[in-house]
Amino acid sequence: MKERSKSRKTIAAPVNEMRLILPAKSVNEKAARSAVAAFVSVLDPTLSELSDIKCAVSEAVTNCIVHGYRDTPGKGEIYITVRIFEDSLLKITVRDRGCGIANIEEARTPLFTTDPEGERSGMGFAVMESFTDRLTVLSKVGRGTTVKMEKRLGTTLDRV
Amino acid sequence: MSFDSCAVSFDTKDNVLTAAVSGEIDHHSAKAIREKIDAELFYLRPDKLIVDMSRVTFMDSSGLGLIMGRMKSAEEIGCGFALKNPGERIKRLLDLAGADRIFDITEEKASKGEKK
Ligand SMILES: Nc1ncnc2c1ncn2[C@@H]1O[C@H](COP(=O)(O)OP(=O)(O)OP(=O)(O)O)[C@@H](O)[C@H]1O
Ligand SMILES: [Mg+2]
Repeated sequence: MKERSKSRKTIAAPVNEMRLILPAKSVNEKAARSAVAAFVSVLDPTLSELSDIKCAVSEAVTNCIVHGYRDTPGKGEIYITVRIFEDSLLKITVRDRGCGIANIEEARTPLFTTDPEGERSGMGFAVMESFTDRLTVLSKVGRGTTVKMEKRLGTTLDRV
Repeated sequence: MSFDSCAVSFDTKDNVLTAAVSGEIDHHSAKAIREKIDAELFYLRPDKLIVDMSRVTFMDSSGLGLIMGRMKSAEEIGCGFALKNPGERIKRLLDLAGADRIFDITEEKASKGEKK
């Protein structure tokens, strides 16, 4: 039996990739989640998976605009990458070059918000966490924030 | 300049103000919705405010802020508050925030929204 090893799981390259740079304007919240939804639609996600992804992306992008670039309203860029790996594994990163987060653990606590006047509920990170399989937040004060989300869809690329 | 993907319409009956929101609620659209509902609410000063979610097609945590904020606006003028017909997606968000226990949620005839 000469079965060739197909498992290069460790450092596999993405099967497909999208990179998006958008100005930090609130109209782009919808643009961003719609673009990501369109890109991942080739994987034939369920309606529920698609809703999860759109909502999680919307949270991350909104945070760049209302928090990351709060000191420079109307300025700044949001960097979004969506990578598709074997077995319908999605990796989405949303990055800003804004003010950064001093205490990430505190920021991730449900209901914690630094902007109650803006009618924020402090649930953004909790939503991202709940609607994806894994959430990683990297941040440096004065440099910016990167949010990484992973989600494996129930379908495979074979079906495309 | 406007890129409104969200709208609100009003209906008053027996001193109950119903604000029916339609479209996508995010941080971008929330501000206009908030201003419209508060303007109507503070002008009419009804006994009760009902926010009808039947026609909302997308919502993120900005929608939670919008709902909680309207509840507070209503409280300010001693007005009751209820949320009508939140779909499955919205219910998940309410559950996450524990908001489902803070105010009344009413369901009126099965909304055609997708079911998981
Ligand atoms: N990109 C970012 N740059 C700087 N600070 C951030 C960023 N993202 C989040 N934060 C900080 O983390 C806190 C929590 O974020 P989270 O998204 O959970 O809640 P929120 O944005 O305050 O409210 P909501 O998302 O419910 O509208 C924010 O209030 C803010 O202080
Ligand atoms: Mg947020």
